[in-house]
Amino acid sequence: MPHDHPHDHDHGLEHAHGPHPFQPDLEEAPLTHYQAMTQAVGDLLIEKGVITADELRAMLESIDAKSPAAGARMVARAWTDEGFKARMLADVNAAAADLDIDAGGIPIRAVENTEDVHNVIVCTLCSCYPRLLIGLPPDWYKSRAYRSRTVREPRVVLAEFGTTIPDDVEVRVHDSTADLRYMVLPRRPAGADGWSEDELAGLVTRDCMIGVALPRSPGTKSRA
Amino acid sequence: MTARFAVGDSVTVRAAFPPGHVRTPFFVRGKTGRVAEVLGPYRNPEELAYGRKGEPALALYRVIFDTAELWDNYQGTGKDTTVIDIYENWLEPEEEKV
Repeated sequence: MPHDHPHDHDHGLEHAHGPHPFQPDLEEAPLTHYQAMTQAVGDLLIEKGVITADELRAMLESIDAKSPAAGARMVARAWTDEGFKARMLADVNAAAADLDIDAGGIPIRAVENTEDVHNVIVCTLCSCYPRLLIGLPPDWYKSRAYRSRTVREPRVVLAEFGTTIPDDVEVRVHDSTADLRYMVLPRRPAGADGWSEDELAGLVTRDCMIGVALPRSPGTKSRA
Repeated sequence: MTARFAVGDSVTVRAAFPPGHVRTPFFVRGKTGRVAEVLGPYRNPEELAYGRKGEPALALYRVIFDTAELWDNYQGTGKDTTVIDIYENWLEPEEEKV
């Protein structure tokens, strides 16, 4: 039933302005070329018995279930184990396998933040991203604003994320234009001495591994 | 496949504007940077994009640029850098630059 009922019951004063517009349905916009093609290929693969509908569904579910937890575990291990850190900097995919994490077949490179260098990741051409280790990219990562401004004025973009990098620290932008994917290995924050790997992993967020944020020092209260 | 460039070499990105599926961002074309790493052979994305085999494979490099050299009126510091993965067919030795 449409939301056009008369206001004969008590909705409160803020609703006295009459019916509000509908939230548009997902189907409101016409399918793009690639959406239609994707749908058609999926339907054909099922119809021809190459895959089942359940297998397709399960794959989508598994992709959607990827989260930054895997990357955070790797960072926490690197903070507590120099040998692992060296292996991770040399070959993220192999180091991930050491922790029974599947980083996939696309080579991933970790870039290490230091006292002197702050790294941030962007894909100016599309939205390349190490999904198996840090989940699906946020919408802003795919936005034209982030993609174009991160290379043009990285310090301004970082400041908009609340991350101010001092002038004596080099800001190094990595544009993942080709066959590799990148993640940032952030610096271990002060004040977490003696923390377990699990506790440390809790400090490592998605944004820290993109490079638009820094792990919060324990004891720093979130205002959220 | 032998890589034409080595770490530390100054390289200039071709200032070319061919049509097609090109993985070299516009903002580095014609700019000079240094090879930071030789990543090895990768199939040519300009061919792969059209369903071809992408062979012969091309050497892929990580090239580091001074960000202030890439933009007019860059507002950051002179230390800031930008690292981009670029295939060998887009790179020339710096001295060939005219």
